Amino acid sequence: MPANDLTASLQQQVQAAYAGKTPLKIVGGNSKAFYGRQTTGAELTVLDVSGHSGINSYEPTELVLTARAGTPLAEIEAALAEKGQLLPFEPPHWGPNATLGGTIACNLSGPRRPYAGSARDFVLGCHVINGKGELLHFGGEVMKNVAGYDAARLMAGALGTLGVLLDVSLKVLPVPQDKLTLVQPATLPAALEQMNKLAGQPVPLSASAWVDGYLYLRFAGAKSAVAAVKQRVAGDVLVDAATFWRSLRELQLPFFAEAASLWRIALPQTADQPKLPGDWLLEWGGAQRWLKTAASIEQVRAAVAALGGHATLLHGGSGSDAFQPLPAGLWQAHQRLKQAFDPAGILNPGRMYEGL
Amino acid sequence: MSQHGCEHDHVPVIGKAELVAQLLQLLPADCVLFEEEDLRPYECDGLSAYRQLPWVTVLPQSVGQVQAVMRLCHQHRLPVVARGAGTGLSGGALPHPNGVLLSLAKLKSILAIDTLARTARVQPGVRNLAISQAASQYGLYYAPDPSSQIACTIGGNVAENSGGVHCLKYGLTVHNILQIKLVTIEGDLLVVGSEALDSAGYDLLALMTGSEGMLGVIVEVTVRLLPVPEKAKVMLAAFDDVEKAGAAVGAIIAAGVIPGGLEMMDKLSIGAAEDFAHAGYPRDAEAILLCELDGTCEEVAEQVEQVQAILKDIGATEVRLARDEQERALLWKGRKSAFPAVGRLSPDYYCMDGTIPRRHLPFVLRRIGELSQQYGLAVANVFHAGDGNLHPLILYDANKPGELANAEEFGSKILELCVEVGGSITGEHGVGMEKINQMCVQYDSAELTQFHAIKHAFDPQGLLNPGKAVPTLHRCAEFGAMHVHDGKLPFPELERF
Ligand SMILES: Cc1cc2nc3c(=O)[nH]c(=O)nc-3n(C[C@H](O)[C@H](O)[C@H](O)COP(=O)(O)OP(=O)(O)OC[C@H]3O[C@@H](n4cnc5c(N)ncnc54)[C@H](O)[C@@H]3O)c2cc1C
Repeated sequence: MPANDLTASLQQQVQAAYAGKTPLKIVGGNSKAFYGRQTTGAELTVLDVSGHSGINSYEPTELVLTARAGTPLAEIEAALAEKGQLLPFEPPHWGPNATLGGTIACNLSGPRRPYAGSARDFVLGCHVINGKGELLHFGGEVMKNVAGYDAARLMAGALGTLGVLLDVSLKVLPVPQDKLTLVQPATLPAALEQMNKLAGQPVPLSASAWVDGYLYLRFAGAKSAVAAVKQRVAGDVLVDAATFWRSLRELQLPFFAEAASLWRIALPQTADQPKLPGDWLLEWGGAQRWLKTAASIEQVRAAVAALGGHATLLHGGSGSDAFQPLPAGLWQAHQRLKQAFDPAGILNPGRMYEGL
Repeated sequence: MSQHGCEHDHVPVIGKAELVAQLLQLLPADCVLFEEEDLRPYECDGLSAYRQLPWVTVLPQSVGQVQAVMRLCHQHRLPVVARGAGTGLSGGALPHPNGVLLSLAKLKSILAIDTLARTARVQPGVRNLAISQAASQYGLYYAPDPSSQIACTIGGNVAENSGGVHCLKYGLTVHNILQIKLVTIEGDLLVVGSEALDSAGYDLLALMTGSEGMLGVIVEVTVRLLPVPEKAKVMLAAFDDVEKAGAAVGAIIAAGVIPGGLEMMDKLSIGAAEDFAHAGYPRDAEAILLCELDGTCEEVAEQVEQVQAILKDIGATEVRLARDEQERALLWKGRKSAFPAVGRLSPDYYCMDGTIPRRHLPFVLRRIGELSQQYGLAVANVFHAGDGNLHPLILYDANKPGELANAEEFGSKILELCVEVGGSITGEHGVGMEKINQMCVQYDSAELTQFHAIKHAFDPQGLLNPGKAVPTLHRCAEFGAMHVHDGKLPFPELERF
C-alpha cells in the first residue's frame, strides 16, 4: 500500500473505538472546525484523516475524479485546471488546509451552486468506514448508478456522523471558456427579482449576489454566449471579478469582517426578507442570505422557519445551537439512521446535533 | 420462474373480505379493487415477464386517504407496493400476493407553478411530460426526460431516480427536485427537503430518491424548472466502426463541450429505428451518434462548428446537421422509439440497463457480441453515450421453451460484465425484482447489511415493497455469486449451499 493510503490504519482505529465504545473526533484539514457543533464525549480520540491523501484516478474525458478524503482541495483544483476542468460547485475553502473529505462532509458549495448544483449533486460514489469499522463502497465512478440506496450522497452534509469518508468520486466539468461579471446599483427587493427573472431566461448565469446596495451577476459559458450577454443585461463590467467572487466564497468581503454573530440563512430563492434587524448580504439568487444581527437565536429561527428555510449560526452563540432543530418526525428518522450506520454512536457524536 | 415471486414471508392476519370492508370505510367504493378482473391490469409493470395478482388494489384520492391506508396496512402488517404508471422495467411495482397495491394514479394534480422561483409542486401521479407541458407557457420545462415520459409519473421517477437523454448536462431526477412529501409505513407525513436549496440535517432527499418504494410513499414532489434553451441543434454522425464512435464521445467532452444529449446506436438498432421512424438514419453505418447542442443561439452556433470538426477528425463517414425543428424532431423520434422499434424485430425483447466507465465501451460491446453468439440471441445496443449508460436489448421469443430463461441468463452476464469493468448493474431502471440477484455481484455482505439497516430505520417490519431492491444475504449465498471482493469469498459467514 502506498504511504498515503491509510485505509487499514483508519479502519483499525474505528474498529477499536467500536469495541471500546470510545467516541472519535474525525479531523481532516481542520479548516471547518468553526462550522457546526463541537464533537462531544468523554475520552474523545482524534481520527486524523489528513494523511490519507492523493488523487486515485482522474479521467478528463469521462469527467470523473476520485481522490482520498485527506487530499487538499487546492491539489485537486490544480490537477483539474491542468486539464481545463473544475469542481462545478465552486467549494469554499475557508482556510488553506481544506480537504476534499471536509468539503463533502459539510456539503459546502460556492457562488455557482444555484446554477450548477451543490457538492452533493456532484458526488458519484465514495468509500466509507461505518461506525462498526466496516469498509463500504457506495455509488461508483459512473454518472448513473441506481443500484441500492443512495448512501453516497447521504454522506454529503452528514458531518462525518454516519461514516468516515475515505475517498470520494466526483463528476467534474470543463472550465467555461469565458466569464463576465456585471454590476449595477439595486435595492434588495429589486435585486432579488432580477436575479430570479434572469435565472428563468436562457442566459448563462453562473453566480448572483447583492452586496451593499449593488447587484452582481456573473455569466460564464462559450465566448460568444458571454459576449451576447453584454447586449442584453445592464450593468458595468467588474474588472477584478475573480477576486470579488473568491472573497465572497471565502467570507472575506468587508461585510464578514466584524461579525459578532453571523448567520447563514437558507430560504426559497424568492422568499421575502425575514423581518429581522441587522445587515444582509444575499447570494444564490436569494437562496443563501447572510445576516449579522443582534436578534436572538429563537427570533431568527422562527422568522426563517416561517418562510420555509433554515438558519445556521456560524459565529456567536455557544456553538451548541449551530443548526436549525428538526421537526419531530424528521428527528426520529435521523436518530434511526444514525443507529443504522453507527450503532455505538462513536462517529463525531454531537458534531451536528446533540444526540446524533 | 419461482424466484420471480416476492419472498412470501408475510402471512396475512386478516381475511380478504374483512380487509376490503375496512378499506371501504376509508375510500370510496370505486377506489378499492378486489375482483380478479379488476386486479388484472395491476399484475405487472413494464417488465411483463414477471406477473403476480395483488390481493387488493387501492386508488386513494387524497394524501389523507394514503395515510389512512398505510395506517391500516401497518396495523395488520400487510405488505404495501406503491405504483405510479407501471412503466418500470425492473418489476419494482410487481404486486405482493398477500399485499395491497397502492396506486397513486388518482393523485394527478399540478398544485402550483411558481414562475419566478422556477418550481412546480405536483402530486405523485402527474405524468413527467405533463409538467413540462404545463410549464411551457412560461418558457420553462422539467429537464429529466425518460423515454417513457408520456406515461410515467413523477412519483415513479423519484422512486427510480430516473434519467433521460439529457442527463449528462441537466442531471438525474435527484438533481432536479427540491422537496418531497412522504407517507411513512406508520402513516405519518414527512416533509423531506425544502423549497430552499438545502435543508438542515441529513440529505434524506437524496436517500429517498431512487429508493424504489422501499422507504415510504411519495405523495407530493416539488421540482425545479429550467428555462427552455433558446436554441437546440442536433446532428447525426455515422461511423464504420463502433470504437470510433466511442472515441468521438470522449473527444467532444475533452474539448470542453457538454452536449444536451449524446446518444449512440449500433447497427441493429439503427435498422430497426429506421424501419419504424423513417428518420433517414444511415443503415450501412456500424454506429451512429446523435449529438444535441443547446444554449444561446451564439453558443450553439459556435459549438456546432467545433463538434462537426471533431467528428470529421475522428473519421465519421457522414455528419448531418438537422436543418430545422422538424428534422430535429425526426432524428430524435428514431432514438426515442428505439425500444418499440427493436420490439418489432422479434416477438419479445429484454431491455438491460448497465452503466460502464465509457472508456471500456469497445471491450464491453465486443464481449456482448460474443455472449450473443454463445446464447444464440441477437442483441441491439442503444447507449446514453455521454453518461455511460448502456441499454442492450436482447431479442427472444417467450413462446419458445427455455428462451426467456436463456435471455435472462444472457442479461445477467451483461450486468456482471458492467460490474467487472467498474460500472453498475443499473443506471436508471432500478433493481426491483429483476436485478435482485445481481445486487449480490455489485455489493458485498457488509454493504448489503448496511442497506438493510437503512431499510429497517424506516420500515422495521419490512412491509414496504418486501423482497425487492436489496437481496437477503441468504438469497445471495443461494445465488452463489462468485463475487470475490479483495480476494475474499463472498458471504463467508454463511454456509455454502
Ligand atoms: C418504453 C420505456 C422507456 C423507458 N425509458 C426510460 C428512460 O429513458 N429512463 C429511465 O430512467 N427510465 C425509463 N423507463 C423506465 C420507467 O419509465 C421509469 O422507471 C419510470 O420512472 C417509472 O415510473 P412509473 O410511474 O411508471 O412507476 P412504476 O413503474 O409504477 O413504479 C416504479 C417503482 O417506483 C415505486 N413507486 C411508484 N410510485 C411511487 C410513489 N409515489 N411513492 C413511492 N414509490 C413509488 C414502485 O413501487 C416501483 O418500485 C422506460 C420504460 C419504458 C416502458
